[in-house]
Amino acid sequence: MAGGKHYDDPDYPIVIEGLVNRFGDVTVHDGLDLAVRRGEILGVVGGSGTGKSVLMRSIIGLQRPTAGRIDVLGRTITELDLEQGIGVRRRWGVLFQGGALFSTLTVGENVEVPIRKYYPDLDPALRREIARYKVILTGLPEDAVAKYPSELSGGMKKRAGLARALALDPELLFLDEPTAGLDPIGAAKFDRLTRELQETLGLTVFLITHDLDTLYEICDRVAVIAERKVIAVGTIPELMATGHPWIEEYFGGPRGRAAHAAHLRGEA
Amino acid sequence: MMEVSAVCRESLAGGGKSPHSLNPMQDAAQYTLEDAGADAARLVLSGQLTLANIGPLEHSLKGVAGPLASIDLADVDEIDTVGAWVVCRLAREHECDITGAGPAAERLLAAMRGIDAGGDTRAPRLPAWERVPTAVGEKIYAARSGVYGVVGFFGQILIGAGSLVRHPTRFPFKALVHQMELVGVSALPIIGLMSFLIGIVIAQQGSVQLEQFGAESLTVNLVGRITLRELGVLMTAIMVAGRSGSAFAAQIGTMKLTEEIDAMRTIGLSPIEVLVIPRILAATFMMLLLGFYSSVVAIIGGAVVGDLTLGIPFLTFLLRIQEVVPTHDLWVGLIKAPMFGLIVALAGCYHGMQVRGNSEEVGRRTTMAVVSAIFAVIVLDAFFAVFFTEIGWG
Repeated sequence: MAGGKHYDDPDYPIVIEGLVNRFGDVTVHDGLDLAVRRGEILGVVGGSGTGKSVLMRSIIGLQRPTAGRIDVLGRTITELDLEQGIGVRRRWGVLFQGGALFSTLTVGENVEVPIRKYYPDLDPALRREIARYKVILTGLPEDAVAKYPSELSGGMKKRAGLARALALDPELLFLDEPTAGLDPIGAAKFDRLTRELQETLGLTVFLITHDLDTLYEICDRVAVIAERKVIAVGTIPELMATGHPWIEEYFGGPRGRAAHAAHLRGEA
Repeated sequence: MMEVSAVCRESLAGGGKSPHSLNPMQDAAQYTLEDAGADAARLVLSGQLTLANIGPLEHSLKGVAGPLASIDLADVDEIDTVGAWVVCRLAREHECDITGAGPAAERLLAAMRGIDAGGDTRAPRLPAWERVPTAVGEKIYAARSGVYGVVGFFGQILIGAGSLVRHPTRFPFKALVHQMELVGVSALPIIGLMSFLIGIVIAQQGSVQLEQFGAESLTVNLVGRITLRELGVLMTAIMVAGRSGSAFAAQIGTMKLTEEIDAMRTIGLSPIEVLVIPRILAATFMMLLLGFYSSVVAIIGGAVVGDLTLGIPFLTFLLRIQEVVPTHDLWVGLIKAPMFGLIVALAGCYHGMQVRGNSEEVGRRTTMAVVSAIFAVIVLDAFFAVFFTEIGWG
């Protein structure tokens, strides 16, 4: 479905073709294709252990795939080494599941790390200001800037992680289960924040989630991973129309119906 | 610098003015000042107001003395949040309007407007005259609570040991055997090598000195007594502190950070019974064996030197050991060894359990475990030396 036709097309910042990931005898991905459109929020769903996180790690170059080709922002990730990758690395931001903040630095200093790395000549005062407004932009209180990650709650850590992911004003944002472990109010706020930032900053968002509300509320398209491939990509009605049993169970189950009903109420 | 421009970064038609260039690069951010009457100037920004290009511009904008009538963004090719921040801050400082912003720029500016400048990303720092006394006070307080902590920890271990005696089926035999392997068996090669070399050095250096009195045959006494009584056990304790004491602290500390210890407590497992007691028993018992093993290997090392350079046959050296070393030297070593093992394990487990907060703390506590264990071992060794001499085991 993705196909080589999207390579070097600026409208498709992520193009994956024929991705194979194998760990020993376990094949996680086998010929996976996917193309992410510029400016969309793409939700990625799949059962536990279907390799959603492995897919994300492959795209951002943390996991070298067994075979296949991945192009990100016109560069072939699967052929780059770390040093060559820098040009493309500064154009994406990644939020890991637990936030993955550097525990010996304050939240603000965490945000400064990527700026310091890529723009060492920038005036330190400006760098601190940038870090500070990024933290506030993600909805954290001002006093969180000078706090250490161990002083923050789980939801605040995620916001701080998001601030660090946004440090370089990236074009691409990777979110790994951003709302997992948040209370429903916090999760809804995080969803709104993601949408707001995506619209304001014009981001392309690759979002791994299990949260049906997130899928209904903010995702432009959803990619379903099953049987070691992306079996379908599209809006939720389009996915339902495919009639695939796993998709029907996922969106047609009690939780899926509840999230849909909530979505309709929200629109009304 | 940017290969593909993001959708938000909207292209705006240039205004055809000749900008005051700050950077030879074509796409750098630039500014010009235009007279706007009434003693105020109009600041016209152009080029790319992005994180990659803003550095020099921001620096030179500091030199712009007001008053500004307005800031014009019509010539800006690209703007991101950093550009919007700098513009917004400048507008606030000069209390002027921003004109000519496209819809994307306007959106970014709106997001930035609510945020005020100032503040620091670093953790707050007290002035020196407050910081120094605070640090001293905290050190003293920490020393006091450290003493309480050690005593409390020792009490917890006694309680844990007591409940294990009453419920022997709960005793973690598997963990004990595993720790005995880690502390004892896998340390054999390195401790053997170390002791062998120490034996060689003592015999060789000792014989050189004793030769001056024509008493090189006393090398046997020197090697036998010093290794069994002091060095075998002491060096082994230092090695075990470095190998196992540090491992205890780091492992238990990491388990604290990942909430494994809390998980154990909720399930009803006592971390003292499951983690601490097997380690302490393993270290105490294995220190006894390792200390003896170390002394024996050191004597063999001495015997090798005796055979090669002093003309004392290998077997004769070993037989002479039996004659010249009093049995109480062996007892001195064997009594000290388990005490040292206990101290090393206690320090490792205690500091491991004290870890809170972050990964830096694991490193700090591991260092403290090794340093305090070695220090305590050496102090205790000095006490023992005096004590055993006083009771006539000199």
